[in-house]
Amino acid sequence: MKKILTTPISYDQIKDLKIGDTVYLTGMLATCRDAGHARVVNDGVMPKHIELKEGAIFHAGPIVAKDESGKEYMVSIGPTTSRRMESVEADFIEKTGVRLIIGKGGMMDKTANACKTFGAIHCAYPGGCAVVAAKEVEEITNCEWRDFGMPEALWIMRVKEFGPLVVSIDTKGNNLFENNKKLYNERMEKLI
Amino acid sequence: MDSSAKQRFIDIISDFTATVGIYLSDDVEARLFELAKDEKEENAKTMYGCILENVKLAKELHRPICQDTGVLQYFLEVGTDFPYLNEIKEVIIEGARKATLTTPLRPNVVEPLGEHNTGDNVGFDAPYIEYELIPNSADLRVRMYMAGGGCSLPGRSQVLMPLQGIDGIKEYVYKTVAEWGVNACPPLFVGVGLGTCAATSAMLSKKALLRPLGTRNENEKAAKLEKELEDGLNSLGIAPLGFGGSNTVLGVNIECAGHHPATLGIGITTGCWATRKGDMIIHGDLSYELLSHKKSLEGKK
Repeated sequence: MKKILTTPISYDQIKDLKIGDTVYLTGMLATCRDAGHARVVNDGVMPKHIELKEGAIFHAGPIVAKDESGKEYMVSIGPTTSRRMESVEADFIEKTGVRLIIGKGGMMDKTANACKTFGAIHCAYPGGCAVVAAKEVEEITNCEWRDFGMPEALWIMRVKEFGPLVVSIDTKGNNLFENNKKLYNERMEKLI
Repeated sequence: MDSSAKQRFIDIISDFTATVGIYLSDDVEARLFELAKDEKEENAKTMYGCILENVKLAKELHRPICQDTGVLQYFLEVGTDFPYLNEIKEVIIEGARKATLTTPLRPNVVEPLGEHNTGDNVGFDAPYIEYELIPNSADLRVRMYMAGGGCSLPGRSQVLMPLQGIDGIKEYVYKTVAEWGVNACPPLFVGVGLGTCAATSAMLSKKALLRPLGTRNENEKAAKLEKELEDGLNSLGIAPLGFGGSNTVLGVNIECAGHHPATLGIGITTGCWATRKGDMIIHGDLSYELLSHKKSLEGKK
């Protein structure tokens, strides 16, 4: 049976999840990547149209178009490399109280520690599967920080069973991709 | 060139660019299906299922296969008898702009050192255009590549000591992919360039990705190294998408050039599982042939 997280995400919903588990998200989700993180962490500015406390963000920069009635919709939206946000994500988690961070690939120790301390998880969405993801977006409800341009703006959307999301950092601070990297490096050492 | 011919020329480039964003080239699509079929691990099979579903949905809905449609790069082989030499640059730029706005592709191009987005993938020497002259030809060959962000991050070049030799080349490739390949959406298409300096080696590594998967370098030693690097990288088991499975790469292509005896330059460029590239020939009468996408376009509406 599908394990579905619903916003607002209580600690209870995520506390027993383990790295490698697959979950889905129903509720509100906001894109937030390099420029958005800098605005929250460095400039201390919070978005007005989504509650990040117990909320969910997506490291992603979509393609958005307008339908015949002029309403914006998701054409294509997949995850971007989460590791780019490593230097600021721990502060972002502390400042916002966000529970779920979705992105591509893994993050590192600083973020894993913040997930453990503040009760959050990082999940990986399969990279490049952007049309599948767009079909799981029911509606774009708002957009903030358009001054960043389309990829970096904060797109706020309602999603239904958005996933598969593979838990890559759990609330104990376990880290799937860092574990995998050790394995890949051991295999590499045999080659050189 | 009259205005209707010019518009036709722009539309050819725009349609070509849109096609590259929506449909995988035949070689990449075929290899993905092979890797999915060969995959043994359950979780990895689920990921390939998602990838193949995405390839199918992109075609059905006529939408870019990945939201990151990259920075647009065009590699031109210009016949010296092609009748519209004066118009080529303007037409490529207008074709890129039209494809961005109408497909739509994601407007990625930002101002250097300012990050302001131009909104249409044009500006500040973008799209990237490279020209090579072909004597006694009336054709224009256009090869293009969409350089995505995530899959460009592992890219690097360095000048090794010649005594490091083939082992040094292998180590450089393995270390780069093991450290950076996880986040670049594997299975990766790995281009390796071997030359004199960092710059020419890097450019050769990009050219390597313009050659179809499954073809081998004419130089026998380079062809052998392509296979050895594929086997070595596949033994790391990074794909799909860094979750781990039976393979790492779509393939490895090498391009190499005669080099200085005191240097062993190496460059690496990586393409993701959705490596988007295209190859077409435009004739002097503006008829054209699309070389890279035949099978993958079957059933196109």
